[in-house]
Amino acid sequence: MTATAMKQAMVTQSRQVPTGQKLCSKADLVAFSGVAAWFETPQGPKQVALFYLPGHPRELYAIDHHDPFSNANVIAHGIVGDIKGAAVVASPLYKQHFRLEDGQCLEDDSVTLRTWKVSFKGVDVWIEE
Amino acid sequence: MSTTSKRNVVIIGNGMVGHHLVEQLVENGALTQMNVTVFGEERHRAYDRVHLSEYFKGRDAEALALCDADYYARHGVTFNSSEAVVSIDRAAKTVATERGHYAYDHLVLATGSYPFVPPIPGNDREGCLVYRTLDDLDAIRDAAQSAATGVVVGGGLLGLEAANALRGLNLETAVIEFAPRLMPMQVDAEGGELLREKIEALGVQVLTERATQRIEDGAASRHRMVFQDDKILETDLIVFSAGIRPRDQLARECSLEIGERGGVVINDQCQTSDPAILAIGEVALWNQSIFGLVAPGYQMAKTALSTLTDGNASFVGADMSTKLKLLGVDVGSIGDAHGNQNPGARMFRYLDPLTQIYRKMVVSSDGKKLLGAMLVGDNSVYDTLLQYYANGIELPKEPASLILPQSGAAPALGPDALPETAMICSCHNVTKGSIFAAIDAGASDLASVKGDTRASTGCGGCASLLKSVVDHELAARGVEVDKSICEHFQHTRQELYDIVRVEGIKTFSELIEKHGASGAHHLGCDICKPAVGSILASCFNEPITDAAHIPLQDTNDTFMANMQKNGTYSVVPRIAGGEITPDKLVVLGQVAQKYSLYSKITGGQRIDLFGARLEDLPDIWGELIEAGFETGHAYGKSLRTVKSCVGSTWCRYGVQDSVGMAIKLENRYKGLRAPHKIKFGVSGCTRECAEAQSKDIGIIATENGWNLYVCGNGGMRPRHAELFATDLDNEALYRTIDRFLMFYVRTADRLQRTSVWRENLEGGLEYLKEVILDDSLGMGEELERQMQTVVDNYQCEWAGAISDPDKLKRFRSYVNDSRPDPSIIMTSERGQLRPA
Repeated sequence: MTATAMKQAMVTQSRQVPTGQKLCSKADLVAFSGVAAWFETPQGPKQVALFYLPGHPRELYAIDHHDPFSNANVIAHGIVGDIKGAAVVASPLYKQHFRLEDGQCLEDDSVTLRTWKVSFKGVDVWIEE
Repeated sequence: MSTTSKRNVVIIGNGMVGHHLVEQLVENGALTQMNVTVFGEERHRAYDRVHLSEYFKGRDAEALALCDADYYARHGVTFNSSEAVVSIDRAAKTVATERGHYAYDHLVLATGSYPFVPPIPGNDREGCLVYRTLDDLDAIRDAAQSAATGVVVGGGLLGLEAANALRGLNLETAVIEFAPRLMPMQVDAEGGELLREKIEALGVQVLTERATQRIEDGAASRHRMVFQDDKILETDLIVFSAGIRPRDQLARECSLEIGERGGVVINDQCQTSDPAILAIGEVALWNQSIFGLVAPGYQMAKTALSTLTDGNASFVGADMSTKLKLLGVDVGSIGDAHGNQNPGARMFRYLDPLTQIYRKMVVSSDGKKLLGAMLVGDNSVYDTLLQYYANGIELPKEPASLILPQSGAAPALGPDALPETAMICSCHNVTKGSIFAAIDAGASDLASVKGDTRASTGCGGCASLLKSVVDHELAARGVEVDKSICEHFQHTRQELYDIVRVEGIKTFSELIEKHGASGAHHLGCDICKPAVGSILASCFNEPITDAAHIPLQDTNDTFMANMQKNGTYSVVPRIAGGEITPDKLVVLGQVAQKYSLYSKITGGQRIDLFGARLEDLPDIWGELIEAGFETGHAYGKSLRTVKSCVGSTWCRYGVQDSVGMAIKLENRYKGLRAPHKIKFGVSGCTRECAEAQSKDIGIIATENGWNLYVCGNGGMRPRHAELFATDLDNEALYRTIDRFLMFYVRTADRLQRTSVWRENLEGGLEYLKEVILDDSLGMGEELERQMQTVVDNYQCEWAGAISDPDKLKRFRSYVNDSRPDPSIIMTSERGQLRPA
């Protein structure tokens, strides 16, 4: 996604009233790994990769499941790690790294994956559009 | 450029030197300017004559060949085998064979030499043979079938090689030498005596100062040799190896200048007395000398290339220093080894009769320069001495220290001390300077320096020297030779392996907690996690689908299937040895139909089913396991397949049951996690239909058991496997492979195939043999025990997964929705589905 497209997306977002919804439960997650979830939004369905890092300063991340390099929905199946202190996921196909925090691709500055706010509400995993 | 304007270059002879010239022409782009035609009188294309005696140890003509079968055709070189040139017409500039006449603009004589057979009455009797070509070896092998004893006439380098070949054929062997000692050219009286003792200890009889007068019918054996003192020796087979003579007949007949004792006279450009005709290799006489070694022949080929392409290189003679292993005995000779070419030279000698080592140095009268050296029984100081000699490096104050036994490591000459002109690899003419140039151009490790310069890819004798030069230079340039696997561990894979083993660490979290680099976030990454996952599996073989191990795995291991480019997976059940019942074959077809899977036969003799959706994998495997299949580990860095030919059960040529062996091996090593994937091949006879020599482990049946080859590879960088052990029985075969694989698992780098591991292994194949076959590190039993643990703990990962609801949870397209991924779109091609 280009920077301009990103800005437009954020502008569109800011006009909306932030809404949250339950995506799945904690038991659906796999510790130190990822799972994929289906997410209906007003803009249409999204596929979200959820990563769960129990015991870490930030335990839960939601990032686009779609890998722009292979055009396949596979990000949740990548290996989670940290590079220079930042939590990342490596694409299982061509191995690019994406920062979980903001979706930035470490190998290609021009590529960023969409990320979402996500949190636990009790045992529910709660996502905000 | 039209082909008619190209010059015609005809090369007569397709030995090692003639072939090297073709390679040089190809590599230097000279073929754009010339049409090259090669005539070889043998049926085989060029082969490695230096290692001829390995022919009897399982290396066949194909394995000895110096290039692929299509090399000449691929590069547009016309190669006429089995076609001898019978005459040269210099006026018409044509050569004639029995099949026709061929025009040339330039002619290259690379006809080599022929074995000298002393003019002894009876030397043409049946069973009196020579040792030079593959056909000669076939004749020797045929004759040996009805022989119990064999004699080699000639105790020089080639004679001892021939003796080794006769021993390989299980003949009681004797060597007869005219001179008072063996290898009179290379060693002196003391060295010769030591050599005799060593060779006699191998059961080879050595008779020196014997001149054969005649050969006649024997009483107990086929032949009787009668010597000058009327003593006799009876034998069934005689091989003459009493030196070589240049094959200069063609040159004589067309009146080129010939030396007094034979050989076609050449100048520094390798031109004969007719400038349109060049001569290279053992047929050529330069400065009154014939060079009977391959390295000077290669130098001549390079000079010929230059002459043919208007270059300005000159042949300036060649160093005849050699390092040999004859009948397992080290012999080294450097420069003026006898000290008879340098008046006033001083000799240093060291003789250890207990360990049977003899070392001699010839030093200039001022004690500063090494003029020559002679080594028998141990060549470990050869490299260092050769560098002192070849580069004129000033000797240490006490030169004797170079050949005296050391309590610690021998004082090797540091790479620093070598000038840039120092020849590191004489086979491929690579100097220290050209290694620096390769590093300048971007080579950043040993393997890439080897690939770029070809250093150490000939005889391999310079391997350790090359490594020290490269390591030293990289370090000097501040190229961080950081062996850390990634930012999370300051350890190599091998170190991590040892830590895991010694401390019995069973999880990644424990390992990173105790041994991770400080400041790490305790997460690891996609480099260290799969590597540690593999190490843990190699050591303990717990299911990789266990909760503690699952985050370590690449997606392929996680889902026990191979992710394809559209996010679907492929499924490969194990079909051990490529043997499958019709019933199981039907099940594969039914499963493929039911789940709409694209089906393809793999190179490893099994069936790959593509396009499986993540959520279908458990059902697919449920049906496969029900039918008796188990996982094929196609997704893992682990044993893949054991390919086999059909073997003696069906094939009229097979000598062993190769399918049976393949199945046993595949079932033994299935599930073994390793630094990289491992492939086996088992062939039922030397025809090698299973292509075992392109595998990590190759096994070829013999009449007496199995020959084992190791570290082959296909793929991007093909590598022939090397013969490792011969005629093993089943138990010995398993034991050897157990040790070999476990040693590889222990010591290889992450994602390093056995071929690359082997090429980087210090000490090379010899070292590997010592560790595995001779158990030089005393770890053989431990390696076997470890392998047994892995074998005993094997369980099919898929069988474990489908019976565990917790593990199955992962196989959902979405945790909150059961629909399949709608973006996976297939289209149809040739009656099957493929990604759109």
